[in-house]
Amino acid sequence: MSFGLILIFGTLALVIVGTAVGMLVSRNAVYAALFLAMNFATVALLYLILGAPFIAVAQVTVYAGAIMILFLFVIMLLGGEKLPGAEKIKGQRTLAILLGVVFLAEIGLYMIFRGGSLTLLPEAASSSGSPAALGMMLFNQYLLPFEITSVILLTALVGAIVLTRKSNGSGK
Amino acid sequence: MPITYYLILSAILFVLGIAGMLIRRNAIVVFMSMEMMFNAANLLFVAYASYYQILTGQLFVFFVMTVAAAEVAIGLALIVAIYRNRKQIDVDDMSSLKG
Repeated sequence: MSFGLILIFGTLALVIVGTAVGMLVSRNAVYAALFLAMNFATVALLYLILGAPFIAVAQVTVYAGAIMILFLFVIMLLGGEKLPGAEKIKGQRTLAILLGVVFLAEIGLYMIFRGGSLTLLPEAASSSGSPAALGMMLFNQYLLPFEITSVILLTALVGAIVLTRKSNGSGK
Repeated sequence: MPITYYLILSAILFVLGIAGMLIRRNAIVVFMSMEMMFNAANLLFVAYASYYQILTGQLFVFFVMTVAAAEVAIGLALIVAIYRNRKQIDVDDMSSLKG
């Protein structure tokens, strides 16, 4: 039971890291977007394992659906799928990779020294994370943040329209 | 299954996002790397929500998703506006404010 779960987790983690690396190294922005969509969908599967079905479905619809469509739409609109790969600042890539490795080592050291215990996740966590319980909590205890996010979304909507229309009107 | 596995996976995903932000020059791909970092943080939120059996972590993931959607809409609108002005979206060339 537990071994099978670890096997599934290992496969999913491999796919996640692989698609992330693929997104980093692919020259074509469309391929990068598709890699990222795959990454999001696989993370959604991990959410299902963790007993969060609502978050998993929201991940697929919002991230792998809406946001990736937005990305692909902008890539098609700008037509700049391929960019020259030459770096402008010398040694930037090696420095970036080096700093990333240093940061990862830092996280690893912190985890070893502070929270290194292999604490097990509880097995059956699916009942507590039901969408009904989540909705009750959202609309009772967290009503004000929910309303604020609606205002944020409205602001983003208006802002995006203004930003994309202004240069069009003044330019031509 | 130990929660440390999720911690390690999230850390790797986050570092890959940082590396993408530093390495790539295409502004759209930089944005994608940022989404990946959000994703890593969300994974950690859900893992700990499952660990402590509290729903609040999942709710925060919901809020993070909403704000990320708004941020992507604004950011891509900015990229389109920049592209209309300068005809390219290389982040190294967006240095007009540099003295």
